[in-house]
Amino acid sequence: MAKMAKIIIDGKTYEVDSSKNLLETILSLKLNLQYFCWHPAMGSVGACRQCAVKKYRDENDKAGKLFMACMEPVVDGMRVSIEDPEAKEFRAGVIEWLMTNHPHDCPVCDEGGECHLQDMTLMSGHNYRRFRYKKRTYRNQYLGPFLHHEMNRCIQCYRCVRFYRDYAGGDDLNVFGVHSSVYFGRHEDGVLENEFAGNLVEVCPTGVFTDNTLFQHYTRKWDLTSAPSVCVHCGVGCNTLAGERYGKLRRILTRYNGQVNGYFLCDRGRFGYEFVNSEKRIRKPMLRLSGENRLSEADEETAITEISAIIKSSRKVMGIGSPRASLEANFTLRSLVSERNFYWGVPEQEFSLLTKEMNILRQGSIRTPSLREIEKCDVVVILGEDLTNTAPMIALAVRQSVRQVPVQSATPYKIPHWQDAAVRELVQDEKGPVFVATPYATKLDSVARTFRGSADEIARLGYAIAGAISSDAPKADNLNEEVCVLSESISKALNKAERPLIIAGQSLKSEAIVNAAANIAYAMRKAGKNVELCYTVPECNSMGMVMMGGKALDQAFHAVEKEAMDTLIIMENDLFRRDEKQAVDRFLKRFKNIIVLDYIENATTERATAIIPVGSFAESDGTFVNNEGRAQRFYQVFVPNKEIKESWRWVRNIMVTSGMKEFSRWKNLLDYTQALIKEMPYFTGIDTITPPPGFRIAGRKIPREPYRYSGRTAMHADKTVHEPKPPEDVDSPMSFTMEGYRGQPPSSLIPFFWSPGWNSAQAINKYQIEVGGPLHGGDPGKRLIEPLPNAKPSYFTDVPKAFAPREGEWMLVPVYHIFGSDELSVHSPGVRELVPKPYIMLSPDDAARLQVTSDSELELGIGGQVERLPVKINLGLRPGLAGYPVTLPGMSVVRFPVSVKISGVKK
Amino acid sequence: MDFKFTEENLSRIESVRKKYPDSKAALMPVLYIAQEQNGYITREVMDEVALVLGIKAVDVLGVATFYTMYHTSPVGKYHLQVCTNVSCMLKGGYEMLEETVKKLGIGVNEVTPDGKFSIEEVECMGSCGTAPMMAVNNDYFENLTKEKLNEILDSLK
Repeated sequence: MAKMAKIIIDGKTYEVDSSKNLLETILSLKLNLQYFCWHPAMGSVGACRQCAVKKYRDENDKAGKLFMACMEPVVDGMRVSIEDPEAKEFRAGVIEWLMTNHPHDCPVCDEGGECHLQDMTLMSGHNYRRFRYKKRTYRNQYLGPFLHHEMNRCIQCYRCVRFYRDYAGGDDLNVFGVHSSVYFGRHEDGVLENEFAGNLVEVCPTGVFTDNTLFQHYTRKWDLTSAPSVCVHCGVGCNTLAGERYGKLRRILTRYNGQVNGYFLCDRGRFGYEFVNSEKRIRKPMLRLSGENRLSEADEETAITEISAIIKSSRKVMGIGSPRASLEANFTLRSLVSERNFYWGVPEQEFSLLTKEMNILRQGSIRTPSLREIEKCDVVVILGEDLTNTAPMIALAVRQSVRQVPVQSATPYKIPHWQDAAVRELVQDEKGPVFVATPYATKLDSVARTFRGSADEIARLGYAIAGAISSDAPKADNLNEEVCVLSESISKALNKAERPLIIAGQSLKSEAIVNAAANIAYAMRKAGKNVELCYTVPECNSMGMVMMGGKALDQAFHAVEKEAMDTLIIMENDLFRRDEKQAVDRFLKRFKNIIVLDYIENATTERATAIIPVGSFAESDGTFVNNEGRAQRFYQVFVPNKEIKESWRWVRNIMVTSGMKEFSRWKNLLDYTQALIKEMPYFTGIDTITPPPGFRIAGRKIPREPYRYSGRTAMHADKTVHEPKPPEDVDSPMSFTMEGYRGQPPSSLIPFFWSPGWNSAQAINKYQIEVGGPLHGGDPGKRLIEPLPNAKPSYFTDVPKAFAPREGEWMLVPVYHIFGSDELSVHSPGVRELVPKPYIMLSPDDAARLQVTSDSELELGIGGQVERLPVKINLGLRPGLAGYPVTLPGMSVVRFPVSVKISGVKK
Repeated sequence: MDFKFTEENLSRIESVRKKYPDSKAALMPVLYIAQEQNGYITREVMDEVALVLGIKAVDVLGVATFYTMYHTSPVGKYHLQVCTNVSCMLKGGYEMLEETVKKLGIGVNEVTPDGKFSIEEVECMGSCGTAPMMAVNNDYFENLTKEKLNEILDSLK
């Protein structure tokens, strides 16, 4: 329990938490005080001198002294004044200095209207410029497709380098120069290397780093129609705010969730959104009319009639669901084709691995932490996951957990942990214990002790750790010395830990790794230790998929071999990404009609006989379940054209038209969600994670548009001079207009962060119970997976054999890329620029033996086909293994585990 | 222009490195060695320093541009650093600076066309007891007067 203190601010007494600094406390009390260098996730450094307040010795002290609020610990009986004239004048003076070199280019600045510097300047009262001399000017740098650089606007708060280097572990951004020529940038033009660089958009208090993707289709921030959304680019489920204008999605911002992503997002999540605006978008229904060989556009009514006729006349209809579609969408398709004929469009291997992960978490006694809780763990063991590329935000959380142990050394010196500069000075390069076991070198290696080996070797290490912790856990035999020493030291670190964490996943397609991670946790529990277990999942609703349960793609392939089916409905799924091309081809050939519901053209839509345009995350509502088992609702941002509807609404309309009248009861999202819960009771509660569509505050809806929204009477003037009726939203308590309740909405319905005087992302302070804590009303989402405290799961025993390279054969290991491995984000022009070309990864030893270099090309026999791939050498890879980038554009889909032979070398 | 450390300097760097816990910490003395060899520190020099020390070029640039005693553009064979901080100012530091400028016909932070002299106005160099003063490369000249200054400059020509 936090120690409380009574403090007096401007004559009023408040009871506050004494572990915080004064600035945090003031902001938590919802009082206004200016600041720049302090950031809630990064602590205090006292650099900008902006948050000065008067502090008084006692009630007799009338003069007081100026102190920086961010550097003052809260002390019982403290007397301070924010409103003191001298303090106010000081703060206005500091802003005036900071602004001497600022270009005052707000009218042409991308940050304008959402600028912390604007807000703070206004708040301080500084409005008249006295500085008459020349301003310093800089050359800007090219920093890649995501960020725009405008150094003249800089006020030297140092937040960018503190975030980039200290928080996100980047090393190619730095500060140069001294005095009035301080410069933040790279040593030369080039793409920023860190995967979290996009956060500089929100971390920078002014317009030095702005969103270059927004710049390409710029619109003023107050002209955006926004809605609370959930990221679709991996399985972590970060909360986002998506903004639209003129039918185009314009940008993604962080939606603060105290339990999930906090203040940050990864660059794939922030900049991958542009697939929504892609030219490959499917915007109209496409039908193959009788006698015609190609698809032609149809209107909504024709499409529904035609497709309903097809379904009515079909003897058997098979449905293929998707882990990138919402629970509601999958459930509706399942209702159409019946449970028997519903299959998930993912390979059996992935499906069973994910099911296994879920069962371990749901039927065991081990808790899985939220993303935010991962930051608090002090010892982390990562088995087989290249987190930076498979679940980037978990990698960022692990980078924070690295600090947990070293930060403790500040306590005996009475240095509060929020004193960032002092703590870092004390800690230096010391890092807490993190262990990374992966086949190839990864970015997290820089903060970890590493192990390199095949999936089986990694699993054997996991078993060895479990065996070292508890003597009754199954042990791996014939361990080499490296594994013995390492497993011994990992088990020692785990035993000493207060809050240890094991992270694993299905990325390497190895059941043994999933099992070994569970065994470590079981062994810890047996030894009476506290432990948590985190599994990654590949897609935004992978966990929802296995919670719903059912059959995988392989079974669908078998089913059509056994029994003739004539119609196939594939929803939001490109099957050619899921399995080998021949297998998918053979499967699709079995059907007369292939109806595809999707939003973007892909190899599967090319084979369709009918295509239905469905909404992406920005044009749909629904529920996803993330890797932690947290059900989260995402909301429609805008209505593009009437044919683009949620998958579940299209399927329901088809059902109703084809005679399944009982489904006409399903009118809005809540009806679907409640029907889902009725059939699958373990989803109980997901209907109440957000208020129902009928929810109103003082009879009013929550507006998606801020009150400064402009142009609504003019934006349709090219079509009509009458202001058209705005679209209605029957699925949520939000309106597509600027009318409605102007106070703070419930936490799950926040379409943008704004508070009087606070137009930037810093307005988040006003939405939190306390700074950095949960949102008012609790962080949104509901955890569906909680451990059973009394469960006594038994150990897994499938210890794999040691890996022995075979002469002339290479075992392929899957390699992941943050930009490239994800299906949707590669359609965004910015992401596309950073997608690597196809390649094969070799170990330095093998490359030397084959006498190849990075310029060489290898000819490989994979699945009966010959592929030619250029070589990349990875220093971590062991001989006998070859890295194969999965689902990278241009690479074929293979089934793991697989070994290849090299049939030719071109140097 | 390619910059490579001489064999002798490489061995000096090697011994400097041993004094510090990691190579990043050895950056400042190594930059001095580089400046000594090359006269000033160009981007190529910084890249070479990064390579030799095994650190990022971005960190070398940060340090090299922070400290004014690392020159990122050419200076004269004799680099005159005239102090105008408090003690020197009171004892005529600015007059000394003006005299230097007049005598050499160049401004502050400029180099004579023959590459022989350059002038820099500096803050306190810790020789207040003998103000006004200036430093020519590594040597201090103290208790300056205009005459003494001219004498020194003439002797350097």
